[in-house]
Amino acid sequence: MDTAESTTAVKKNSKFKQSLVNFFTDLYKINQFILRFFREAFVPPFEFKEIVRQCFEVGVRSFTLISVTGFIVGVIFTKQSRPSLSEFGAQSWLPSLVSIAIMRALAPLVTALIASGKVGSSIGAELGSMRVTEQIDAMEVSGTKPFKFLVCTRVLATTLTIPILSTYTGLIAILGGFLNVSQNEGTSWSTFIQQVFEPLTFVDFVASLIKSIVFGFTIGIVGCYQGYNSTKGTEGVGKAANGAVVTAMFLVFIEEVIIVQITSWFR
Amino acid sequence: MKKTHTPTDHSNPVISIRGLKKAFEDYAVLRGIDLDLYQGENLVVLGRSGTGKSVLIKIISGLLKPDAGEITVLGHNMEQITEKELQELRVRIGFSFQNSALYDSMTVRKNLEFPLVRNRKGITRAEINTAVETVLDAVGLSQTINQMPAELSGGQRKRIGIARTLILNPEIMLYDEPTAGLDPITCIEINDLINEVQQRYNTSSIIITHDLTCAKQTGDRIAMLLDGQFQRTGTFDEVFDTDDTRVKPFFDYNFIH
Repeated sequence: MDTAESTTAVKKNSKFKQSLVNFFTDLYKINQFILRFFREAFVPPFEFKEIVRQCFEVGVRSFTLISVTGFIVGVIFTKQSRPSLSEFGAQSWLPSLVSIAIMRALAPLVTALIASGKVGSSIGAELGSMRVTEQIDAMEVSGTKPFKFLVCTRVLATTLTIPILSTYTGLIAILGGFLNVSQNEGTSWSTFIQQVFEPLTFVDFVASLIKSIVFGFTIGIVGCYQGYNSTKGTEGVGKAANGAVVTAMFLVFIEEVIIVQITSWFR
Repeated sequence: MKKTHTPTDHSNPVISIRGLKKAFEDYAVLRGIDLDLYQGENLVVLGRSGTGKSVLIKIISGLLKPDAGEITVLGHNMEQITEKELQELRVRIGFSFQNSALYDSMTVRKNLEFPLVRNRKGITRAEINTAVETVLDAVGLSQTINQMPAELSGGQRKRIGIARTLILNPEIMLYDEPTAGLDPITCIEINDLINEVQQRYNTSSIIITHDLTCAKQTGDRIAMLLDGQFQRTGTFDEVFDTDDTRVKPFFDYNFIH
């Protein structure tokens, strides 16, 4: 090995070591951020007014998109599942299949992905912009706790609102499924609803709710972490918004896998 | 308003700093700063960009932690201060940011109400309105009360930023580059406002700037920050009566070019 090759190898090695150090440093910082949230969020004084305002913001921001997407998911899923079931003459199972897929997996997941894009990026950009324009510092020096006011309220808002949105997405998707089934098979609303709820168990509802709460918390905490710690001016704001979306989406998928695995033990 | 030299009580420093050091990674910004700010005094900290002027006032307000040194603010040792005490102390210190740092999503009224509502529990709506009107009147911008920060000019933003700090009746004012990015006439208006605030609210102030007009018009005392330390301290004339090649160009550039 000549000197040039050995220098390149050393450089690569030190770069890898540096990335590894950065990764664990970030992990430690995120951990500290989450612990700080739990230390501050449940200690008075509570920011009820701001939490309600943020819940409204989260809900309104995503409502239209979630309504349209939920409906389309319901229609498309029903449409795409029909041929496979028809092959086995099991078309009558369509409402049950739709409800299981939507309530167990699609509704929380679709809602979380949309909220990651709409709400997560918005939180990242908003807090990032406040950080680089010293608005967060201004709050701090005026005797306000910015973490409590900005971070705790947003994380609580996403944690509370996303399960509601997820339930709404499920209902809209089932409605989409019903319209498709009713058009093709002529199934009545009462029969459809009966078949929809028949296969669902208590575990399904609880698992779906827990999943949405975890997703909501993740979207809020990731968006806030990225924005609150953003640096390097306007470039940092863009990075915070982008980081909030990418990281939240990635974590949502990981959590989905873990929660599905855990809930399968209870079935 | 013309600067009238305010008598200062030299036995009673409201801020006292000894051996303050601060470095960012390998670069030492502050290398052993000693400083006293006396009651009722306007102290101007002069220096080139990147010399650590803003770092100094961020350390005083507790936004940054020093690497070494002792800082006492209004009788509180900043090293031993608890979080609760720091919160209470911050209400007694006004911080005017370089870019005003107004809350973008709030109107001028909400910007001014924000620190008041959060720090004065049980305050009535009438008291809030009176306080808001008083500080807006003090900075001469009563007509902007319902405007958003984006609708204000640079000078107006600075004034509202100062008004937001005044609403809590601070004992100390920290101004970070109060005239940066403003036209000469607005600069003079801001300098007048700083003097007016000092007299009307009886504040002691640290004014961070590299603008010599601002320094001359507002400062009772000037401290020149060079190479991480205060190299010259005194009145404006005392500081610039020197052949020091690091100080003279600063004066020449401001007043000749």
